Amino acid sequence: MDLRYDDDHERFRTEVQTFLSAHWPPPDRGDDTDRKAQERAFRLKAIEAGYLARSIPRRYGGSEQPADVLEAAIIREEFAKAWAPGDVAGLGPSLLVPTLLEKGAEWQKQRFVQPTIMGDIMWCQGYSEPNAGSDLANVQTRARLMGDEWVINGQKIWTSVAWLADYMFCLCRTEPEASKHAGISYLLIDMKQPGVDVRRLKAINGASHFCEVFLDDVRTPADWIVGERGQGWDVSRATLKHERNMIGGATQTLTYWDRLMRLAERTQKDGRRALDDPRVRDRLAVIEGYVRAQEFSAYRQLSKAAKGEKAGIVQSMNKINGTNTGHLIVKLALDLLGDEGLLEPEAFDPVTSPDVNTAWVARYMQTLGAAIAGGTSNIQRSVIAERGLGLPRDRERDQSRQARRPSQERRS
Amino acid sequence: MNFDLCEEQEMLQSTVRQFAATECPLPRAREIFDAKDGHDPELWRGLCDLGLGGIQIEEAYGGAGLELLDLALVGEVLGESAFPGPFFGHALAALAIGLGGSEEQKRRWLPDLASGSAIGTIAFAEGDQMWQPEQWGLEASEGGTRIEGHKCFVPHAGTADIVVVGLAGGGMSVVERDCAALDIKESAALDRTRRVAEVEFTGAPAHPLPEGVAASGRVRDAGLVLLAADAMGAAWRCVELSVEYANRREQFGTTIGHFQALKHQLADMAIEVEPARGLYWYAAHAFDHVPDESARFAAMAKAHLTDRAMQVARDAVEAHGGIGFTWEGDLHLYFKRAMFDRAFLGSPEFHRARAAELGGW
Ligand SMILES: Cc1cc2nc3c(=O)[nH]c(=O)nc-3n(C[C@H](O)[C@H](O)[C@H](O)COP(=O)(O)OP(=O)(O)OC[C@H]3O[C@@H](n4cnc5c(N)ncnc54)[C@H](O)[C@@H]3O)c2cc1C
Repeated sequence: MDLRYDDDHERFRTEVQTFLSAHWPPPDRGDDTDRKAQERAFRLKAIEAGYLARSIPRRYGGSEQPADVLEAAIIREEFAKAWAPGDVAGLGPSLLVPTLLEKGAEWQKQRFVQPTIMGDIMWCQGYSEPNAGSDLANVQTRARLMGDEWVINGQKIWTSVAWLADYMFCLCRTEPEASKHAGISYLLIDMKQPGVDVRRLKAINGASHFCEVFLDDVRTPADWIVGERGQGWDVSRATLKHERNMIGGATQTLTYWDRLMRLAERTQKDGRRALDDPRVRDRLAVIEGYVRAQEFSAYRQLSKAAKGEKAGIVQSMNKINGTNTGHLIVKLALDLLGDEGLLEPEAFDPVTSPDVNTAWVARYMQTLGAAIAGGTSNIQRSVIAERGLGLPRDRERDQSRQARRPSQERRS
Repeated sequence: MNFDLCEEQEMLQSTVRQFAATECPLPRAREIFDAKDGHDPELWRGLCDLGLGGIQIEEAYGGAGLELLDLALVGEVLGESAFPGPFFGHALAALAIGLGGSEEQKRRWLPDLASGSAIGTIAFAEGDQMWQPEQWGLEASEGGTRIEGHKCFVPHAGTADIVVVGLAGGGMSVVERDCAALDIKESAALDRTRRVAEVEFTGAPAHPLPEGVAASGRVRDAGLVLLAADAMGAAWRCVELSVEYANRREQFGTTIGHFQALKHQLADMAIEVEPARGLYWYAAHAFDHVPDESARFAAMAKAHLTDRAMQVARDAVEAHGGIGFTWEGDLHLYFKRAMFDRAFLGSPEFHRARAAELGGW
């Protein structure tokens, strides 16, 4: 174990700072369109310099850097200080790209990875259906190969950002004769075509981020399939693994923690800062234990991954661990808030909205969504118990597989 | 000993339950939730035709002359139905006038409040979690007959005819809404079944309640009990909705109620809530019969039940999966109702501290 920033890393920090002072911010920020273009141009330079898209091979538009947690931390810190744009966020870069890199055909990587990480195209995730939530393998959306095209009919639900997306990565039933899990394929679909009908749903927090997507004779080329026919289930597990890491990642926890501390500093309680109240201090200290544990657990997993080793059971715990810590944070925040708990949040985006008190009401609800999206906490507990601790599967879930297979996996 | 409701009380609850189910089933409650002003005069009329506008108002002034427990039992059913409207603030305004008003004042306002032809509300909060009579800072001038200043989180201020205002020193004054010296600004209420507003008094003529100082703490305590009762109703309905859903929703080829993990979670939710029913009953009973314990148990019931309700509403969303997380489903009404019950009149933490102090700890 060696966590010191050695001379090399200090030199690296200076390099990053020099790069940033040369390239960010641009002299004149202009209007929205200008800003987008400036950010794009900056990202290209940052990739060129090796500071962004570090896990992505150069031939697909990344900077292909060896995993180095300290360098990554330095980049994060320095970029944040300079308010410089980081890697593009979203379901495409965080879920589809790693899935394609792991399971995609060469032409798919060539075609989709770079525009996705540059934010030129947006994706949505078409997994859940009205009757396929926790039991994801029950997807009924049907895709038939007709000539050189798939023709797709069915309905997806809870599809985040579907109304904005250019494409959807999607699970469809292609082999109705095969057993439940062996009949699914992983298809890529162009959302901007006739037959795709997106209806936005209003969420509990007033935001309309998720949608119903109706697919009526929608078409996609025969080779827009990731993996082979009938292998969609295995491919989808690669995506889910990344989704859980995304939801359970330490970044959001650290942001929330930081804002909780600021809330405790600016809130007055009995004539002093809430932060000085022994009851609040104790709860904060308990929470910080979980927060730091999660942070270092992330470092530990990254270090293992860099060496090509598996991190083991802890990996399956990331999501629920993040959910639980998030809940502790928002619960304390709600106690500190008081009256603002009676008001609607001004803005619904819990991360980017300004750090005003009512944003905590939105966060209080957002953390609840996180306990459901990407596999509910119950499903997470089953994964940990069964795959992690080696306990047997539930009988009910087993019986729902038409044909048992030796593998122990599910969307679970 | 008989710690149970009497037949009349059970009848009262089932009458209100029946009324809410026919006149304001959840789809209607959702419509009102989304409507601009959130008040349905028909619904209010119907509620008052059942005599619910003046349950605790003395019979001499047109009320039913019942106790806080009866009022709270109605409140529980309204919570259970996510019933929109001014019931809560109205009941407290009537109580304030009944407890603190002169004979003449009671004759002037109570009959209209009892029949529901006038709607009452309370203006207590001053922001920064200042809800309590001891904390009120709003000053009245000219011997208490003119009010200039600001109150917030006033329930359904836009539809109220009679506003009971908390004043510095713990007294209360009545302001009639048609005096035109009120400036009302709707707040963006999270619980849209019970809208709140900021009210600016611009020299409003006020009628001080002679016994206001003695009555205000009692009105607060009654408010705490009513919030606890509402939370009880909302929380129990969350349990019921989750159980119904678990018996209906299928995944993995069976209803999800078959999964022991979920069964235990639903049982835990029930355990959190059901035993606390007696706590709010006792707090309400103590208000009329055990003066020494009244304030303490009101504080305890509010703190305990609204905290439980908040958690149970959250658990219910989780038990419903994606559908629980929508605005279009029913659960979010209860979730937001629980948020209101929890924050209104002060946080659970604040009232736990009070309960400890009142217990002489
Ligand atoms: C904010 C948000 C964003 C989302 N975004 C997307 C998206 O972009 N794309 C997408 O495809 N999906 C998305 N989803 C859907 C999400 O993946 C599903 O909601 C989730 O998998 C649960 O499925 P369900 O809603 O059908 O609930 P159900 O599966 O019906 O679950 C209901 C309850 O039953 C419990 N349960 C079910 N099975 C078991 C079991 N075997 N043992 C114990 N308990 C069980 C669950 O834990 C839950 O409490 C999103 C959801 C949310 C809330």
